[in-house]
Amino acid sequence: MATIEKFSYDNGIVKNFAYATILWGVVGMLVGLIAAFQLIIPELSFGWAPTTFGRIRPLHTNAAIFAFVGNGIYMGVYYSLQRLLKTRMYSDLLSKIHFWGWQAIIVAAALTIPLGLMGAHEYAELEWPIDIAIALVWIVFGWNMFATILKRRETHLYVAIWFYIATWITVTVLHVGNNLELPVSLFKSYPVFAGVQDALIQWWYGHNAVAFFLTTPYLGLMYYFLPKAANRPVYSYKLSIIHFWALIFIYIWAGPHHLLYTSLPDWAQSLGTVFSVMLIAPSWGGMLNGLLTLRGAWDRVRQDPILKFMVVAITAYGMATFEGPMLSIKSVNAISHYTDWTIGHVHIGTLGWNGFLTFGILYWLLPRIFATKLYSIKLANIHFWIGTLGILFYAVPLYVAGWTQALMWKQFTPDGFLQYGNFLETVTQILPMYTLRALGGTLYFAGVIVMVYNIIKTVKTGNLIKNEETSAPARVDHAPAAGEHWHRGIEKRPMQML
Amino acid sequence: MVEVFPMLMVESNVPKIESVKPYTPLELSGRDIYIREGCLACHSQMIRPFRSETERYGEYSKSGEFIYDRPFLWGSKRTGPDLHRVGEKYPDSWHYNHMLDPESMSPGSIMPTYPWLITNDLNNRYVPAKIKALRTLGTPYPEGFEDEAVADLQAQAAVVAASLRKDGIEQEGLENKEIIALIAYLQRLGTDIKPDPQAEN
Repeated sequence: MATIEKFSYDNGIVKNFAYATILWGVVGMLVGLIAAFQLIIPELSFGWAPTTFGRIRPLHTNAAIFAFVGNGIYMGVYYSLQRLLKTRMYSDLLSKIHFWGWQAIIVAAALTIPLGLMGAHEYAELEWPIDIAIALVWIVFGWNMFATILKRRETHLYVAIWFYIATWITVTVLHVGNNLELPVSLFKSYPVFAGVQDALIQWWYGHNAVAFFLTTPYLGLMYYFLPKAANRPVYSYKLSIIHFWALIFIYIWAGPHHLLYTSLPDWAQSLGTVFSVMLIAPSWGGMLNGLLTLRGAWDRVRQDPILKFMVVAITAYGMATFEGPMLSIKSVNAISHYTDWTIGHVHIGTLGWNGFLTFGILYWLLPRIFATKLYSIKLANIHFWIGTLGILFYAVPLYVAGWTQALMWKQFTPDGFLQYGNFLETVTQILPMYTLRALGGTLYFAGVIVMVYNIIKTVKTGNLIKNEETSAPARVDHAPAAGEHWHRGIEKRPMQML
Repeated sequence: MVEVFPMLMVESNVPKIESVKPYTPLELSGRDIYIREGCLACHSQMIRPFRSETERYGEYSKSGEFIYDRPFLWGSKRTGPDLHRVGEKYPDSWHYNHMLDPESMSPGSIMPTYPWLITNDLNNRYVPAKIKALRTLGTPYPEGFEDEAVADLQAQAAVVAASLRKDGIEQEGLENKEIIALIAYLQRLGTDIKPDPQAEN
């Protein structure tokens, strides 16, 4: 018999990351909202360099992806990892360095991008000193995570942790690969590869930033927080393992679908298309596993705003991952590329999948670590509905705008001339759609403000349990018993898993 | 990996075009301004091989045209038109006025104004270092070119400034402004493979 050991979970770090998620979420979405309004009122660029669209847009994407979702990942990982492994994080100091290091990087990004100190790789605009800082903080995160896995009390590594590990390994490779550059000065560098090679590297990175920063860690979070919130076991654990391996194997090849019909060699384009189309299987494996986890709990979805957020998040994930393979087919891409269809597609994923899953987790997790109840279920419901409306008002007009513009670009007169030879005509035509999109963004943002109010009120009624006392049996390693798969032995021995 | 490495190792994947030459120091400075201002958020530089695109923009883009593009600037969104063949399409003064106030050239345009490009002096401090760095990475600038780069830049800037003055644009210290570099870059874009009109005669 194993002895029962007493220890505590570190909730303080989870709270820090949760607050950072909310703060940067508000900032990132506000900047996005400004960008949306700049497209209909160009004067909002104020004729001032730091506030022009060309700098606001990368500020928005970096803030939303790396500040909002990034902190969301860490919040969820630090909460779930400790509980799944029945141990405290390996080092409180590393946790703190990770937290403050990441926030410092965000501040550095928020200062340098508006000053124009940036490169031209989308979602990797930051200049080389910040790239190095990101690598260092990321290593601290990995060190802390893997060391925690090593000292775990629970022998089995739950599927969520596999997703976290895949995220860490792949993002490391992507970040280094896409930022190989030669510095000229403190804030200027040139990438090692040029032209078409640089393009392939960038979109190998760009697509896998979506895959391994916005998708795999959030699937891990889904596999932990959805069963918790629904109080139901995962529908199929076997499916979760199968779609995990399929997903990480296929995703890494999909990048060239961002370069269809460009001067990238055809073989690379075709390879990208084939793997992108195949992606629907593992993606929908995850979506279905999520939705089917709610079997027998659908009555609660009607009452519980947390489950509502999660259901819409998973549905948005399903829609975005159906649309993605479709957009990777060359004939569809010929229409969609360069248009607002892409922007609509991305925001189904970010506002729906990442945003709503984050909100669901925040509503579930914060009352727990503050030992209290959510201040207002009603306000959470209001947030859910205006957020959902916001997504619709955001995405649908952009789909219409994308199709309209693509059709206008390609329209010839019977005599064989371009019907809309002046590009500007195809822009002014879709301005009403941009207005509706800005309205959608405003609704979504208003929902977030309601959440901030609700959470402030919730936190005030409770007290943070900074160190949550708990106990668990000490780990006993054993060899695989007769009849077990051979790899169970490896899974039970954490050293070898690393 | 299997996908990325052949692109980096197998030379035939990126055919070279003899007439494609490295950017001049002034064009390079203009290109870095293009990056600094995030122009690629709204403008692509990659014409796809469709009739609707070649009709609108010109010859479709070839991979050999980008071998000196560090970083590549193909972009992913056309809120404004593609710029790969914008070179020599408009006079220099059109670009000057357009950057100052896009609506003066395209009424109804939603492009922001860029007044600081007109007033800011171009910073030439890092030009030699940039030339050296790019040569290290493989751009065939001749040995020692970094020492002549600033003079080369100023000579080309004087030509652009003269063309602006010819069109009636008067401004003190015009040849030292950032706008000159940006115009030089934009006018170079996509022109390397244009057939020489005299060669046909």
